[in-house]
Amino acid sequence: MNVLAAVPGWVALVIGALVIAGALLACIGSAGLLRLDTFYRRVHAPTLGTTLGMYLVLAGTIVFFWAGEGRPALHVILIGVCVSITTPISLLLLARAALARDRREGTAGIPAADPPATGADGGE
Amino acid sequence: MTRWLPHPWFALWLLVAWLLLQQSLAAPTIVLGIMLALALSWSLGKLGLPRVRVRSLGTLLLLLVRVFADIVRANLAVAKIIVSPSPRHTSGFVSIPLEITSPYALALLACIITATPGTIWVSHDSLRRVLMLHVLDVVDEAALIDHIRQRYEQPLLRIFR
Repeated sequence: MNVLAAVPGWVALVIGALVIAGALLACIGSAGLLRLDTFYRRVHAPTLGTTLGMYLVLAGTIVFFWAGEGRPALHVILIGVCVSITTPISLLLLARAALARDRREGTAGIPAADPPATGADGGE
Repeated sequence: MTRWLPHPWFALWLLVAWLLLQQSLAAPTIVLGIMLALALSWSLGKLGLPRVRVRSLGTLLLLLVRVFADIVRANLAVAKIIVSPSPRHTSGFVSIPLEITSPYALALLACIITATPGTIWVSHDSLRRVLMLHVLDVVDEAALIDHIRQRYEQPLLRIFR
């Protein structure tokens, strides 16, 4: 609580705006997971929360501890770096698993195993 | 040098991460951090991973700034699609021929494409060098291919050449 008491009112407003904007983006992303229809369309939505949504919340955190404790909490940047590096791994696994299943089941609208290479030499 | 410090960038990253976590620049912290960074990057060298060669640090920083701007723009675009009363059905798969072969450049490209809402990396054919993406809102396929090749691939080729 003493950390919060040291934060001036207008800085608290900035922090609040940053955190709420970030949370709003994460919320829209989660809503997108519900609203969009196919699997491939759905996996796009949560990336809102893991990118700009996360950056905004992290920025709010840094400003909060900067104003409250007098030094920037730069170590929260590590969270951003680690999330940015690890999100692609799970997303890629999910997308590849879905693609493999859809190809096996012959779902319509899924490209075949070897899509024609436009521009590059096509092998045949 | 190569023998004892096979992955200098990884060692530097470990040291920076350690100092950030400790939130201190005291001499014992730095010494312990350097020891940890050296030992862990040396053990990574034992795994036999290819070495990272960053040729142009300036290009890398420029690319990161550019990607950040793209992430902000893409976030707003995707949020708009989700919030709109009837989300458009213009999504589809896009195949992009790539020149990149360096595994680190490909990994960074995967991070960039995933971090940009609206595009996900689906598969990469390393023999044919074709990358397949799924795109939420395909407006102009040729423009998208050009965007990824000019804006991301060209700098990556310069960085990891």
